[in-house]
Amino acid sequence: MPELLERQLELAVRPTDPALLPIAEKVEAGERLAFDEGVALFRSPDLLAIGAMADLVNRRVNGDRVLFAANQHINPTNVCILNKVCVFCSFAVKPLDDRAYTMTLEEVFAEAESAGARGIREFHIVGGLHPKLKLRYYLDMFSGLRERHPGVHIKALTSVEIGHLARIEGVETVDVLKAMKQAGVDTLPGGGAEVFSPAVRATIADRKMAAEEWVRVHSEAHSLGIPSNCTLLYGHVETYEDRVAHLTVLRDLQDQTGGFLTYIPLAYHPENNELGNQMGWNGRRTTGFDDLKNLAVGRLFLDNLDHIKTHWIMVTPKVSQVALHFGADDLEGTVVLEKITHDAGAETPTGLPFDEIVRLIKDAGKRPVERDSLYNELREF
Amino acid sequence: MGVMTVSQALGFPRGEVEEYLDAYLNMPTLELGAEADRVRTRRHPDGNVSYIVDRNINYTNVCVTDCTFCAFFRRPGHAESYTLSYEEIGRKIDEAKELGAVQILMQGGHNPYLPLEWYTGLLQYIKENHPIHVHAFSASEIEIIAKVARLSIEDTLRELRDAGLDSMPGAGAEILVDSVRERIARKKTGTAAWIAIHEAAHNLGMLTTATMMYGTGESLEDRLEHILQIKALQQRTGGFTAFIPWSLQAQGTEMEGTLPATGMDYLRVVAMSRIILDNIDNLQVSYVTQGPKMAQVALRFGCNDFGSLMIEENVVSATGTDFIMPEEEMRRIIEDAGFTPKARYQDYTLVEEDPERARSYGVAFA
Repeated sequence: MPELLERQLELAVRPTDPALLPIAEKVEAGERLAFDEGVALFRSPDLLAIGAMADLVNRRVNGDRVLFAANQHINPTNVCILNKVCVFCSFAVKPLDDRAYTMTLEEVFAEAESAGARGIREFHIVGGLHPKLKLRYYLDMFSGLRERHPGVHIKALTSVEIGHLARIEGVETVDVLKAMKQAGVDTLPGGGAEVFSPAVRATIADRKMAAEEWVRVHSEAHSLGIPSNCTLLYGHVETYEDRVAHLTVLRDLQDQTGGFLTYIPLAYHPENNELGNQMGWNGRRTTGFDDLKNLAVGRLFLDNLDHIKTHWIMVTPKVSQVALHFGADDLEGTVVLEKITHDAGAETPTGLPFDEIVRLIKDAGKRPVERDSLYNELREF
Repeated sequence: MGVMTVSQALGFPRGEVEEYLDAYLNMPTLELGAEADRVRTRRHPDGNVSYIVDRNINYTNVCVTDCTFCAFFRRPGHAESYTLSYEEIGRKIDEAKELGAVQILMQGGHNPYLPLEWYTGLLQYIKENHPIHVHAFSASEIEIIAKVARLSIEDTLRELRDAGLDSMPGAGAEILVDSVRERIARKKTGTAAWIAIHEAAHNLGMLTTATMMYGTGESLEDRLEHILQIKALQQRTGGFTAFIPWSLQAQGTEMEGTLPATGMDYLRVVAMSRIILDNIDNLQVSYVTQGPKMAQVALRFGCNDFGSLMIEENVVSATGTDFIMPEEEMRRIIEDAGFTPKARYQDYTLVEEDPERARSYGVAFA
């Protein structure tokens, strides 16, 4: 058998943890994992075997290709009516807070102005739930960006923001989605999902959009032909069971719609937010094991998603690079200027140069491929 | 020269070195990690990950060696130069003991204005007034102390040992390949001298550690050559307790702009070190340079020791890298990886096995 093919069928590292043996067999056979098996993966300290399983599945789908996008984050406002609700957030403030800002459309266009010259291919636009900003503001922003940068995809507004706009406009979320699509939005980001478990939501995001609504908005988007991302916020009060239940919801929706592009586990940061302060977690970060496991388990459990993305802003560029051997095939892009995680204490850079992303991927023995928002391959390096 | 010539001169069979080179260049990272993890499990089947509570005391930043990768040193006469007094050092030791330290690590610049008597006087002062294990003076400091005193390395080490020096850190090794040293540390101890100083210390009954600073633009063969130099000396003396690889932190130094070594680089270096150095008991993570996340992951790539819980650190933090953490956090990280955290002494005896030693230093907790 040629070596390459053999590698696609067999695990490079056998589990030393006996609990993983039946899971390894299923992974090799390409079978779907059950709830308990997801939990067992999170429980196991056998990091290398978990990595090898995730790597095997990743190679079957993506070979040694790693995708990334030259993107720019734009956060139009940090004013958020949920500033007291989501206790894990350090970005949201009240309208009269000293740190409050709301960008005018001109400011948004100015921040995006040099995008073309810098080779940016995607705007990632998310922000707070501003009590006064209407749907019109966002639609004008999207059509204005589309007009100025016709080649740049727009990935905008979490389902939580969409729900908020529907409420203040007195319309249905599907109407907001239709208007967004018409104004030029190509895809939705995956934020706002946090953890679907009602117990976790009651603890960290009481009164925020419920899990069912998050799922409904994404389902509506998919049926309108707007693909989206999905996320999980890990590393706070959630249990392993909560994580796997969350992944199950995502996997079920993907079975129905096929509209998820990539899954991104997001690492909780405890600085400058109520949850971190109350729990005495300042200075603490998610561990390297947990960062890698969340990616690997995402790859193994979400067998109907092609892409798993590692977010270097949250887990450091070093861990993100290593993650390319733990099931991740999608590396967060250039970003330009990150605000939200940095408000919560991230010590990582606020952007990475294009060349550095290419170097990290090559140095990991992988093939860097620039993609667009819809995961079409653009250029190989 | 090159790794083949050097390793054969050191007595390693060509085939063995070719195998290492092949594994380093070609073996997939997870498989390399699994092999290193097997070596660690065999050597440390108890599932412990050890660490030491200590304080770094940098007694002087005056240095005449001008290493291009260093952001800590100041030339003699510089406005920011300093040398601590015995009393200041004593105070730092007492503070450290109150926080549970069982050792001090003392390292400093190569200060030609400090005579041997300053060092022996300091050691005697510490042993009489602030007793604790003194892990101090890397090879390049020993070299300049000997030079200023016009004594041989052996005599200098004997004087220091007799005055109270307990063990020696492995710093200053950088990459033990002279062509690399010529580029990054022209005025510093050469390879042969670094090895000779550690050998002399071992022969005097002192334990030492060994480090490697990679990511300076050296080749993978250079790194292997370094590791084999350490292995060869260990075969002769058995005096190394641990090997500690870490990567250049270039910010604020003359080498700023050097592309930083990556996470993959680190994991492959530690795994190769564990596989090759089968005669050294312990492999330490460098959380100070790699960050706690990568340090934890390295526990599955061959490392069994979290290094020191530095109550004070000045040299790496001078480059802007600063990952110091409280003991509780270090223990949480070790446990999260599935290991049992254990505080230890410099000779790797666990504190719980010999609490009397800590008590004899007057350490607060014991």
